Amino acid sequence: MNLHEYQAKELLARYGLRVQTGVLATSGHEAADAYDKLGGKFAVVKAQVHAGGRGKAGGVKVVKSRDEAREVAESLIGKNLVTYQTDANGQPVNSVYVSEDLYPVSRELYLGAVVDRSSRRVTFMASTEGGVEIEKVAHDTPEKILKVVVDPLVGLQPCHAREVAFQLGLSGEQIANFVKMMLGAYQAFVENDFALFEINPLAVRENGELVCVDAKINLDSNALFRHADLLALRDKSQENERELKASEHDLNYVALEGNIGCMVNGAGLAMATMDIIKLYGGQPANFLDVGGGATKARVIEAFKLILADSNVKAVLINIFGGIVRCDMIAEAIIDAVKEVNVTVPVVVRLEGNNAELGSKLLKESGLALIPAEGLADAAQKVVATLK
Amino acid sequence: MSVLVNKNTKVLVQGFTGKNGTFHSEQAIAYGTKVVGGVTPGKGGSQHLGLPVFNTMNEAVRETQADASVIYVPAPFVLDSAVEAIDAGVALIVIITEGVPTLDMLKVKRYAESSGSRIIGPNCPGIITPGECKIGIMPGHIHLPGKIGIVSRSGTLTYEAVAQTTKLGLGQSTCIGIGGDPIPGTSHIDSLKLFQEDPQTEAIIMIGEIGGTAEEEAAEYVKSHVTKPVVGYIAGVTAPAGKRMGHAGAIISGGKGTAEEKFAAFEKAGIAYTRSPAELGTTMLELLKSKGMI
Repeated sequence: MNLHEYQAKELLARYGLRVQTGVLATSGHEAADAYDKLGGKFAVVKAQVHAGGRGKAGGVKVVKSRDEAREVAESLIGKNLVTYQTDANGQPVNSVYVSEDLYPVSRELYLGAVVDRSSRRVTFMASTEGGVEIEKVAHDTPEKILKVVVDPLVGLQPCHAREVAFQLGLSGEQIANFVKMMLGAYQAFVENDFALFEINPLAVRENGELVCVDAKINLDSNALFRHADLLALRDKSQENERELKASEHDLNYVALEGNIGCMVNGAGLAMATMDIIKLYGGQPANFLDVGGGATKARVIEAFKLILADSNVKAVLINIFGGIVRCDMIAEAIIDAVKEVNVTVPVVVRLEGNNAELGSKLLKESGLALIPAEGLADAAQKVVATLK
Repeated sequence: MSVLVNKNTKVLVQGFTGKNGTFHSEQAIAYGTKVVGGVTPGKGGSQHLGLPVFNTMNEAVRETQADASVIYVPAPFVLDSAVEAIDAGVALIVIITEGVPTLDMLKVKRYAESSGSRIIGPNCPGIITPGECKIGIMPGHIHLPGKIGIVSRSGTLTYEAVAQTTKLGLGQSTCIGIGGDPIPGTSHIDSLKLFQEDPQTEAIIMIGEIGGTAEEEAAEYVKSHVTKPVVGYIAGVTAPAGKRMGHAGAIISGGKGTAEEKFAAFEKAGIAYTRSPAELGTTMLELLKSKGMI
């Protein structure tokens, strides 16, 4: 789950990090009032969406008056912002964060942390090259990324943070401020089950102060059961409608751009099914894992989701019936097809327990169900229905 | 021979009397696995499926001399159960549960490293040595004792590889489902090492998916340490960047972890690979024929 910038900043501030202050506004009028409240000569109006690359996409603007704050807010709110990280439709802007002006700044640094899969540790990254895409820095000049791998046995210690502070070329009071900031960030990370956090840029102001200008937090969805406060921050408007609907039925669904709908049990097999459709010249319309127990109710919901995509011209059902019996799955499919009134061709591959009996039931159903034997046959058959 | 589990492996079930624990224990017992009992705090002293229930892992291990445990408890309790099993000195701990917080697994993994216990999972089907010992939720009947070691991040793709190698008569030495989470207890490399050392395993099928760099690291390992034939497959060629594909670990982030990068690593390491999940078995068969191994 992602947090908005303003939510991330509020959370980090609770751990003693100095963040750029701001006021959330959901209308032009509120943005104008926010400008007055901040009381500076300049302010920055930032679209609150779950995507990076807002600046280049016109989602972050400096304003010099109350009226300008209102105008910019009105131009953003209610529209979708398309950035290099969003799809072609973009993400809806429902609010802007009117923030204090911190510029000019003397330096822009980067500080981030992730759970690194290779080292199996929380790993911090810091760089003198803040304010730009960190992936690009990592790719072009990897020597400019400092890394600290944290052993959970002792956690992040001041010595680790000091090391980074000196390497970033900080001096005087900045050292202590940075150490406090990094330790606070680690505390926030482990106490709130972050999957990733980024402060980019971390500004060093001319008065020497260190301030988080932008903040991005990604939470481990598996850990939300123990963070009711964070779960309450979820903004469903930023999520894909069909994916959201799927999650309400405990189905894993990801929309793609093809025309062959897929219904599969198991995440790996679901991906492999998409891949084999492509391999045989078709285009998958979605990823969908119906889970182990492909019951009638789940199959019905899955069909509804798949067919809600008007691009879908055929469906491939691929079930490896391990412990569940394939004849039971076949019955569930038959009932679901009748109930949802499926009109596109449906190719069904059942493998495992009682697979033959399952195929027989499908054939005898009188419905437009095409049984397939094996993965390759299923992919070929579903692609052929579109020719 | 086989790896990690065999007909003598004594297994305890953590979360024994729950719905999943009960169902899958029945299946495992029917398969011939030596399930010696289970743990459900507060139900110690009773019997379940004709086997003793204990209050604690310490007590259970003391009474049964079990050398493996399987965890079916809900995700919020996995850290506790795993630590309890590690403290009790269980050598092999298989975590089936899906949805375990990543930071919990990071702790479990760190703790296990300093104790000598091996963790498999979480979010995995488990481990099976066909005809001898089944720990987990995989369908036993599709397996055939044989010579192929299978390691996979995906449960159902493991079953594909199993069904295909069974159909071709190759069979499996041991199948390890390492699970779809970002921090697996046992990695591809750990599994490759075990298969390389196991005399029964003549060749290896390694199944990966998008996300992380474990397959790239495994490819390097194969190149320098594995002399047995290896067939590789990666799921997720058509997966879009930035989207989590069902498994917590299956996500292309920051442009890293794509299927193409992983196939390229296989290519570079000289691993025979297939882009079709329907050809895992036949690719292996051809490879073994080309090497004069059958």
